[in-house]
Amino acid sequence: MRYLSTLAVIALVTLLSPATAAPLKEVADPLDSARWADMHKMVLDGAPVVFDQRVIVTAPATAENPMQVPVTVDATALPGVQEVLVFADFNPILQILRFYPEGAPAYLGFRVKLQQSSPVRAAAKTADGIWHVGGTLVNTVGGGCTAPSANAGSKEWQQRLNEVSGRQWSEGPQLGRVRMRIVHPMDTGLVAGTPAFYLEEINFTDAAGKRLMRLQTYEPVSENPVFTLTRGTGTGSLNASGRDNNGNAFSVRIAP
Amino acid sequence: MKRLFCLLPALLAGALNAAEFDYALQARQIAPDVHVFVGRTEDFTPANGGNIVNTGFIVAPGGTIVIDSGSSRRYGEQMRRAIAGITPKPLALVINTHHHPDHFLGNQAFADTPIAALAATRQGISAEGNVFAENLYGLTGDWMKGTEVFAPTQTLAAGTLEVAGRRLRLMALNGHTEADLVIYDEASGVLFAGDLVFNQRAPTTPHARIDHWLAALDQLEAITREPGFKKLVPGHGEVAPDGAPIRQTRAWLEWLQRALRESAAAGLDMNEVLARPLPPEFARLPVAASEYRRSVGHLFPAAEQEALR
Repeated sequence: MRYLSTLAVIALVTLLSPATAAPLKEVADPLDSARWADMHKMVLDGAPVVFDQRVIVTAPATAENPMQVPVTVDATALPGVQEVLVFADFNPILQILRFYPEGAPAYLGFRVKLQQSSPVRAAAKTADGIWHVGGTLVNTVGGGCTAPSANAGSKEWQQRLNEVSGRQWSEGPQLGRVRMRIVHPMDTGLVAGTPAFYLEEINFTDAAGKRLMRLQTYEPVSENPVFTLTRGTGTGSLNASGRDNNGNAFSVRIAP
Repeated sequence: MKRLFCLLPALLAGALNAAEFDYALQARQIAPDVHVFVGRTEDFTPANGGNIVNTGFIVAPGGTIVIDSGSSRRYGEQMRRAIAGITPKPLALVINTHHHPDHFLGNQAFADTPIAALAATRQGISAEGNVFAENLYGLTGDWMKGTEVFAPTQTLAAGTLEVAGRRLRLMALNGHTEADLVIYDEASGVLFAGDLVFNQRAPTTPHARIDHWLAALDQLEAITREPGFKKLVPGHGEVAPDGAPIRQTRAWLEWLQRALRESAAAGLDMNEVLARPLPPEFARLPVAASEYRRSVGHLFPAAEQEALR
C-alpha cells in the first residue's frame, strides 16, 4: 500500500511543474523517518523544503562510537547557500550545529554524539528561503548524549579549556583546507549532576578581517570538537574566535 | 486463543535455543599435556555466541592450569566440562591474559579455583568489566545468560611461575591493552601470546598503543627463535608452528599506524580516512573492513591531534 502511494506521488510529481511539485516532496522523505514531519515543523518552522541530492551528508552507516560519529556536510554543489542547519531526528537535542558559509564554501566536517540510530540531516537555505535537505542514516548502539564526557572524571580539560590547535593546508590535494581542534567537554546537560556546558559560537575570519564562516554549535557536537572546513581561494593566516555558554572565550591565529 | 498463538512460537524458539547454546568446544592437543580450544575468526554474533577466542589448558603434574576462560558463563562451564573429559586432575590455576571480555567472562565457572592476572588487568576488569559484559549481552544475546563479572583473585608479575609442578615463563607486556600477559610453557615450548598476536584475522584495537604493541611483538618473536620453541597460540586464529602470525600482526599494525599518521598529516577528515581502501594483502583478512573502521575510531583522534599540534 505504501509502495502504491509512493508510486502515485512519483507519478504526480512527474506530471506537475517543479514549482507545484515542491510541496509534494515533503511527504516523500528519502530516509523514510517517522520523525520527518516533526522535524519539518520543529527544526525548519514548516518553511518550504526540497530534498536535494546536492546537499551531501557523509557519515558511517554503522558508527562504532556513538560519542564520536564523524559527519561531513558538503553543499558546495548547491549555489547560493546562506545557512546550513544540521540535525538528527532521534536525538534528545535535535539541533547539532548551524553554519553560515559567508566567504567560504558550504562545507564542514565535525563529529557528533548520537543517542540512538537516527537520520542525520543537513538543511541548506538558499536566498529564496527554501531549505534544501540531504541526509544519511546512522546506526549506532547509542547512549552518546547521556554518557558522561570521556574526560568528565579528570581535571585535565579544566586547565586546557578552549585550548585550540589548528592547521591549514596550502598545497597538495587538500589545498585550502583548515582543521581545528578545541579542548571542550561539550556537556549536554543530560547527564545527572552535570549542567550543559558547550561551545556556542565560532567565527573564522581571514587576515583582512573578512568573515569566512560563522558557526553556531549546540550540545550534541562531540567532546573536544574537531572541525574541517575549506577556505576557498584565499590565502594567509586565519583567525578563529569563539565562546562557550559560560562566556569562556578564545581567539587564535592559524598560520598557513 | 490469540494469546496461545503468541506463546507457541516463543516456546518453540526457547526450546530451540536451549539446544543451541552449545559452543561444541573440542579440545585440541598441540603438545604433550597442552590443549587448546580454537575459536572462530569472526566478530561477536548471536550465531557464534562469542566463541571467537582461543583458550587453552596445561595438564601439569599437580593439576590443570587454564589460560583464559572465554566469553560467557556458558563458555566457562562448557570449557570446564571439556577439560574434565581430558584429565581427572584438579584445577590448579586460571590465568586471564588481559582484560577483554572474551578472555575472562567465563571466570564464574572457575570460582572455586584461584584466578590470576596482572595487576592492571585486575584493575581493568573491575573498572570496565560490567560495561564489556553489557556490550556482549547486546552482541550475542542469550548466550550470555547468567554471566556476571568474576574478577581475578590473585596478582601475577613477570618472571618464572612454578605452579602445579610446571615452570611457566611470564612476560608482562602491553600494547594491545595496558597489560598483556604472555605465558611461555618451557616444558612444551608452547607460547600463549594472548591478543598481542592475531593469526589470519584483523587485530582489534580498542585499547591499543601501537608503539608498545610493536615492541612487545619483538620480544615474542625472540622466543620463537629459542631452540625449545614449538607452537604459538595466538589470541585469535589458528595455532602456528612459527612466528608468522607475529609478523602478520606487525605488518597490519605498522600499516595501520602509517595510514592514520599520513591521513592526519594530509589533512583528511575522519570520514575520508574511513573511505580509504585497504591494501589487498590486508583486505583479504577476515573482519578486516570492520576492524579497520573500529581502529579509525579508536586511533585516528590521537593521530589527528599530533598532526594539528
